[in-house]
Amino acid sequence: MPSLPDVATPDVVTLAERAAAAQAQDPHVADVALKTAFFDWLCRMGDNSLILGHRISEWCGHGPVLEEDIALANTALDLIGHTQMWLGLAAEVEGAGRSADDLAFLRDAMKFRNLKLVELPNGDMAVTLMREFLFDAFHFELLTALTKSSSPRVAEIAAKALKEVSYHLERSSDLVVRLGDGTEESHARMQAALNKVWGYTGEMFAEDAIDDAVAEAGIAPALSDLLPFWQRTVGEVLEEATLRQPEQRFDAHSGGKQGRHTEHLGYILAEMQFLQRAYPGASW
Amino acid sequence: MTKKEWPLWEIFIRGQHGLNHRHVGSLHAPDAEMAIKNARDVYTRRKEGVSIWVVPSAAITASSPSEKGPLFDPAESKVYRHPTFFDIPDEVGHM
Amino acid sequence: MYAQMVKSEGMKSPEEMSPEERAFQERVDRGEKIEPKEWMPEGYRKTLIRQMGQHAHSEIVGQLPEGNWITRAPTLERKAILLAKVQDEAGHGLYLYSAAETLGVSRDELMEKLHSGAMKYSSIFNYPTLTWADMGAVGWLVDGAAIMNQVPLQRTSYGPYSRAMIRICKEESFHQRQGYAIMMKMAQGTPEQKEMAQDALNRFWYPSLMMFGPSDKDSVHSAQSMAWKIKMNTNDELRQKFVDETVPQAKYLGLTVPDETLKWNEERGHYDFAEPDWDEFFEVIKGNGPCNEERLGARREAWDKGAWFRDGLTAYAEKAAARRAASNVAAE
Repeated sequence: MPSLPDVATPDVVTLAERAAAAQAQDPHVADVALKTAFFDWLCRMGDNSLILGHRISEWCGHGPVLEEDIALANTALDLIGHTQMWLGLAAEVEGAGRSADDLAFLRDAMKFRNLKLVELPNGDMAVTLMREFLFDAFHFELLTALTKSSSPRVAEIAAKALKEVSYHLERSSDLVVRLGDGTEESHARMQAALNKVWGYTGEMFAEDAIDDAVAEAGIAPALSDLLPFWQRTVGEVLEEATLRQPEQRFDAHSGGKQGRHTEHLGYILAEMQFLQRAYPGASW
Repeated sequence: MTKKEWPLWEIFIRGQHGLNHRHVGSLHAPDAEMAIKNARDVYTRRKEGVSIWVVPSAAITASSPSEKGPLFDPAESKVYRHPTFFDIPDEVGHM
Repeated sequence: MYAQMVKSEGMKSPEEMSPEERAFQERVDRGEKIEPKEWMPEGYRKTLIRQMGQHAHSEIVGQLPEGNWITRAPTLERKAILLAKVQDEAGHGLYLYSAAETLGVSRDELMEKLHSGAMKYSSIFNYPTLTWADMGAVGWLVDGAAIMNQVPLQRTSYGPYSRAMIRICKEESFHQRQGYAIMMKMAQGTPEQKEMAQDALNRFWYPSLMMFGPSDKDSVHSAQSMAWKIKMNTNDELRQKFVDETVPQAKYLGLTVPDETLKWNEERGHYDFAEPDWDEFFEVIKGNGPCNEERLGARREAWDKGAWFRDGLTAYAEKAAARRAASNVAAE
């Protein structure tokens, strides 16, 4: 081969095994009583990153200016990286021989556990940025709490992801402020975006039996505990952005976490899963 | 149509090994703070840096090319500034 | 290449040159770098703007055919790799526009010339990407062809261009390999995957050969650009080098190059191969390729729909600067 000698690393499997062996012992991973809830919760973490990352990646090559195109791709790349970690751990906890890729590419919509917020179409940059900011502000609080998880594996992933998500929040909140307080048009677009996605934000804090079980086990915080922090960040940023917090209920739309999604998710999956579905068992 | 182009910034990055900030390129941004953020996204995609400086391109005063002779020629005579100027016997080993 | 058929200026003999032009040519001949504010012939400046602009446009239009498949990538890892690669292309466009800007043209001006059709981009990006194997073929063949040209351009005479190419070459080193890695998987995969791989090679072979531009005998602008060292090799030289390197790689994959005349020529020490259809090439350059409308349309749309975003951020920066100035005055 003239100029392409070492395209494939031969011993990736060994490397992966060694890395797995080096990971901290985690009693929760093998806890049978907790398995269903833990698996489901890990899918929620992974699916939020996967679907939001997918949406943001749709901008690649279509951004409003080169610098922003590049920045959005960085965010999407971070989120895809988080997906690999969360769904990787989910697959391990499930112990059914599925991989992170199997979970991403071979589950149907009703098995997806992401928030409805992250599957909403990109709309204009205003919707994309507002959606990201409202999620980032939640994501940041959640990951911060998860760094103290009773599960060392969860804490480890959270610590890695938090570094990146801190920057996501810094960037998205800054852009919300700037565009909110920019021109009349940018202000109007940001306000319209806020009004559009606001009703989907409450789902981030809506607790169900799964959340209770992982909170009980000390794996994750009670989501309601995060709400005041989120409200403070969002309140401050919106005020600086000269935007008005909508009066409508913030929890008007929920169900994504339980697998009842908007119509949009089906189309995302149809696109995302096409190759794995069309050529079952092929290796890529 | 955009009314006004974002100004151009020159980006300087200090790498992980404590060397001086080094010019890595330019980019457009509406102000200095955004220039730093954009620089992080554009010029540290491969973890190249730990510290970023941004300077408006318009604020850079460059030596005039026609003076290239007078400015740089004197240094050429100070060959002792270069390590190879000094002949060290091989027996001394690496220096 | 990414810059095909860049119109250059007429070539002057040493006797026809002014003293400045002669001194300039001597500097170039000595291998000195020309830096932004130094004296340069107007033709050199104009040709460079055209060439770097075209190169930059090719990078950002080049995001689109691969960007097509980011949302359909078959695994999480492939998705991340492809996204990183397409993002790199945006970065490379940015570096090249910046280099062009040192010659006194603004990025927005260049963008507008792309959108109006006054400036071109590489013909290769007007071909569609139809299957996942095309991600392999584009990386392997298109990036492979681009590298042939970009590596020597690191030594080009214009300092900012040379530095941009050095950075680009460093970052691009993984691009061709990721493409080839995809091709290997496909070529060794199921019969359907192998069929896709062969089909991708069939469709991208000749368009890749076209990337180097018309044959030397029809390439009217080369001599001056080569004297100025903004073109380092002739089109045919690079095309031959590409074929010589690529054919064994195709063999290793077990794929067939779609050229029945392809044959090793012992005497020349090179492969003999068939020329691409140059009529097709000129049609694509004129705007009549399979995807010209989609590609340019997508770029225009991104630009137009992004205007409020760019203007909004400008307005904020101005307001913030005014507020800072006011508070400084108040503090005094």
